[in-house]
Amino acid sequence: MATETHEAAGHAADAAASAPGMPQLDFSNWGNQIFWLLVTLVVIYFVLSRIALPRIANVLAERQGTITNDIAAAEELKAKAVEAEEAYNKALADARAEAQRIVAEAKAEIQVDLDAATAKADAEIAAKAAESEKAIAEIRAGALESVKVVATETAAEIVAALGGSADDKAIADAIGTRVKG
Amino acid sequence: MASEAHGAEEGGLVFHPMDQFIVKPLFGGDTIEWYTVTNVTLWMALAVVGIIAMMVLGTRRRAMVPNRTQSIGELAYGFVYKMVEDVAGKDAVKFFPYIMTLFMFIVFANFLGLIPMSFTTTSHFAVTVVLALLVFLTVTIVGFVKNGAGFLGLFWVSSAPLALRPILAIIELISYFVRPVSHSIRLAGNVMAGHAVIKVFAGFAAIAVVSPVSVVAITAMYGLEVLVAFIQAYVFTILTCVYLKDALHPSH
Repeated sequence: MATETHEAAGHAADAAASAPGMPQLDFSNWGNQIFWLLVTLVVIYFVLSRIALPRIANVLAERQGTITNDIAAAEELKAKAVEAEEAYNKALADARAEAQRIVAEAKAEIQVDLDAATAKADAEIAAKAAESEKAIAEIRAGALESVKVVATETAAEIVAALGGSADDKAIADAIGTRVKG
Repeated sequence: MASEAHGAEEGGLVFHPMDQFIVKPLFGGDTIEWYTVTNVTLWMALAVVGIIAMMVLGTRRRAMVPNRTQSIGELAYGFVYKMVEDVAGKDAVKFFPYIMTLFMFIVFANFLGLIPMSFTTTSHFAVTVVLALLVFLTVTIVGFVKNGAGFLGLFWVSSAPLALRPILAIIELISYFVRPVSHSIRLAGNVMAGHAVIKVFAGFAAIAVVSPVSVVAITAMYGLEVLVAFIQAYVFTILTCVYLKDALHPSH
């Protein structure tokens, strides 16, 4: 193995000796390098300009378009949402106003009913009171008459008991004057 | 074990930091003709396969909500497209596939080169010089086709005092022609240097005492190289956009 290495080293030394210090300055292989470089560049140029670059440009443009569209759609939806909120708020305000109006109307109606009922009740009470007064007056009159009858009867009885014979007309007059007094 | 003995025999450490850049025929043979299939061919083909996997197979579902591969593909597309649009202007968008090709190739070549034992195609000046010259020629031709002689206004700084303008014109002209040089050496130099430094640190690992330090250093360098791999691709691409802007709008 050592001999092999020696040989290899010798080979390398020979090569180094034959080649200049910098392989870059060995002009004998420039033609080869330039040929293969030009082949490489032409291949890369055609692959890029015919396939890769148009494709990537398309993808980028498409993506840009999609993003722009999405942003526009989002803005539209946002405007719609704002509109909807406004409509909602307006509906809410309307509903509130309507409710207040209904409450006021109901209150007024109830007031009218209440007034009517109160008036009717007052009238009924007044009528009842008058009737009652009349009944009381009747009762009072009835009671006076009864007192007269009872007094007359009692007076006649007392006169009879005292052994007198009473004149009905005289008793009645006496009672009348007394009761009235 | 053999290498240890070998190292001891040589009486020191053995560094071959540049061996990783040697171009070798893939299927044996010693001569490299222009058509020979080499490790360059293999790693460029792997870059093509990687790009197809990410940009074509990854996006084949054309999903509205992308999966991971498709997201990365879209990210790369958006990254380069925005760069072209912002730096070079709206009318440079028709060069977008061309710039995307350069960017994807450099990114994939750089990152494939970070796989241990791999071959980094972008570490070779042969590759980066061709890339830079392609950009230089495109920019110069587009500049003259679009603006005619007006493209020379790029070198005539009309905002400077009249006496200074010829001197500035010479400086501008020199800087214009140095562009492809700096453009290509920046990329290959960065990639090559990083990979060579990793190899040097790896060489030190032969000494048992130093090897833990060496491993830590390799790890740190590797992290840096991951950054460099992306940043150099980015720098190459954005400079292409800047040059393209000069060609389309040459006035200062």
